[in-house]
Amino acid sequence: MSTFLGMPAARDRRGPGPDAAPGTLSGVGRPEDPLHWGASFPDAAKAALDNGQLRRNLGKATSTIRTKRARVVGEVPDWEALRDAGSAVKTDVMARLPELLEELERNVTARGGVVHWARDAAEANRIVADLVRARDTDEVVKVKSMATQEIGLNEALAEEGIAAVETDLAELIVQLADDMPSHILVPAIHRNRTEIRDIFLERMADAPPDLTDVPRELAMAARAHLRRKFLSAKVAISGANFAVADTGTLAVVESEGNGRMCLTMPETLITVMGIEKLIPTFDDLEVFLQLLPRSSTGERMNPYTSMWTGVTPGDGPQEFHLVLLDNGRTKVLADEAGRAALHCIRCSACLNVCPVYERVGGHAYGSVYPGPIGAILTPQLTGEESDLPYASTLCGACYEVCPVKIDIPSILVELRAREVSMTAGSAGDTADRVWSAAMKAASFAMADGARFRRAARVPRLLRAISRNGVIRKLPFPGSLWTRSRDLMEPPKQTFRDWWDGREDQR
Amino acid sequence: MTDARTEILSRIRGALGSADSSAGAAGTTGAAGTAGVTRAPSVVPREYRSAGEHAPGSDAVLEVLIDRLVDYKAEVHRTTPKDLPRLLARLIPQRSAERQVVGSSDYRSPDVLPTTPSTPRGAVVVPHGIDQAWVSAMGGVEVRTDSREAPLSAAELDEVDAVVTAARVAVAETGTIVLDGEADQGRRAVSLVPDVHVCVVRTDQVVQTVPEAVRLLGADPERPLTWISGPSATSDIELERVEGVHGPRTLHVVLLS
Ligand code: SF4
Repeated sequence: MSTFLGMPAARDRRGPGPDAAPGTLSGVGRPEDPLHWGASFPDAAKAALDNGQLRRNLGKATSTIRTKRARVVGEVPDWEALRDAGSAVKTDVMARLPELLEELERNVTARGGVVHWARDAAEANRIVADLVRARDTDEVVKVKSMATQEIGLNEALAEEGIAAVETDLAELIVQLADDMPSHILVPAIHRNRTEIRDIFLERMADAPPDLTDVPRELAMAARAHLRRKFLSAKVAISGANFAVADTGTLAVVESEGNGRMCLTMPETLITVMGIEKLIPTFDDLEVFLQLLPRSSTGERMNPYTSMWTGVTPGDGPQEFHLVLLDNGRTKVLADEAGRAALHCIRCSACLNVCPVYERVGGHAYGSVYPGPIGAILTPQLTGEESDLPYASTLCGACYEVCPVKIDIPSILVELRAREVSMTAGSAGDTADRVWSAAMKAASFAMADGARFRRAARVPRLLRAISRNGVIRKLPFPGSLWTRSRDLMEPPKQTFRDWWDGREDQR
Repeated sequence: MTDARTEILSRIRGALGSADSSAGAAGTTGAAGTAGVTRAPSVVPREYRSAGEHAPGSDAVLEVLIDRLVDYKAEVHRTTPKDLPRLLARLIPQRSAERQVVGSSDYRSPDVLPTTPSTPRGAVVVPHGIDQAWVSAMGGVEVRTDSREAPLSAAELDEVDAVVTAARVAVAETGTIVLDGEADQGRRAVSLVPDVHVCVVRTDQVVQTVPEAVRLLGADPERPLTWISGPSATSDIELERVEGVHGPRTLHVVLLS
């Protein structure tokens, strides 16, 4: 496996190593940087592939959810029209982001909310910690939120003596086990029921000693554990799935009711939201409330969706703070080729269909954003060199399921081309390097014949940017090179044929 | 040093302005293409259904709603105004042992949540604007009224066995009911803390599709909205759905025609 994915030399990352693999009770630990931790992808992936329990847990979970999603998407006659609308709304949002953010701010403020702006994780954490401390409490309840995972809010609050209690069942499991989430939607997807029972018994003081591993019993233990916290918490912290510019309405989509508890019971609510979560109008919710649940949990509708607009006198939190977070998003926005990564509504459908994700799991990506979306979003957010764009077979399944039609494979090819170009000393052999980089997923795909056949999409991707059989202009920075030379178009044969041919020549 | 707001907005404007429009083919394949640098709103294609083929409250729509509700383990009842009070009285649970102790660990710590002397009969909370005729037949049940002006505390809500509310709209295709916090639906906490939620939906409130409901709710978007599709549930353990977590573990939907 030394040539696993055939990637450029592995780079070490800060944080815990790959040895604390799932399968043991304790998780991987909480890293310094939630966007960049653990071993490099090839090393972490190799370790994960050696973990049979992890692969069984993941295989079972992802195949279950794939089936559910396919069934409920199949019953929507206008699914493709909804995807087209969702994609176009998000494109529009990015083009008008400044004015829409200002409109949101005006409307939230007019309804009694307070809007804060945070350039980076440290600034956001500072704002939240100050708000919590001013409320004279040392415990807050939290609704599952990717944005607060991304900025490491819980750790920042802990340093200030504030305990942030995760209330989503899977997040609770991850938190108790001192672990990191391995999936956007189901952060404890790498754990099976027995491991979860063991975690509860060892780490949850009030877990019933006779707890079994029946999912219903585990859920009831979590209910009992959290109920008193919900009913007595002073401050809650949430993320947001959507923010409506023209009304100032925020929306949180959830299942367990922990979201409703957090958004309703405490006196103060603090919502941390990436600046890209906007939608222009209230009516646009009709698109996303159809796309998101079916893509994410494979349900026609998730059990609970809460929407609130500022403060409602006499109902719910009487103090509302909205923290608008940049933390690298403007960097992504500046990149026209990669900008579409900001369209993501975090449904996780692309994870569930990804053959690479299914085998290596979320931790191998070393980011709170794993899977195909993580492979494009993480390096763009951090602006660092990354091997994540190679964590893909380019089979195209992620694009096919994406409810907002983010063309992840094309962006991956683009990012790979840049990476190669950045590391190339001279432009002399860039064409070969770009081509081979785009192909570098081969050794991974080879491991599974069925998956491999699906990888037939790669040559099409490169042909898409060619005309008359010659690639005249590669995306930047390949464009620096193609400006002066034409590049031969990749052959029209399928990836498999191409590979077989290579094998034959050996 | 500029403030964060000014700096973020100027970063965004810079990002949009500096994007190299000739950069290439990768990116979104949405209808608006990659021409995202333009400041003008791009056209959003809305070819999707803005309404269903069936009229609100029609038999076809009700049939779909019931199918979806049952699929998500809600309990569905159909009744008439005349029979509603008796049905509601029947749906209010007796105070059960499970209310005292959840699982095998007692979550009631006396210092935080004083436990009132438990009564053998059930107690129900209703929002103050509920149709009084509905709750008129609840002879053996203690009925408590909640309003924004005179709210019950969290501990008091935790003591009642059920809540009865009206609804604003229901969506058949997704099996969803929506509460908007008006006087017959109550504060959000009221429909959240009690373990049994009985929601009365008039059949003429049932629309077929999500867009129909959103457009209706868009008339008062500032109201706090709760979309409910079945009892609370989790799929966090091996993606296996378990009904009943933190929200009401039992959801009764009463269709009133
Ligand atoms: S990229 Fe698309 S499929 Fe993946 S999580 Fe985001 S919205 Fe979902």
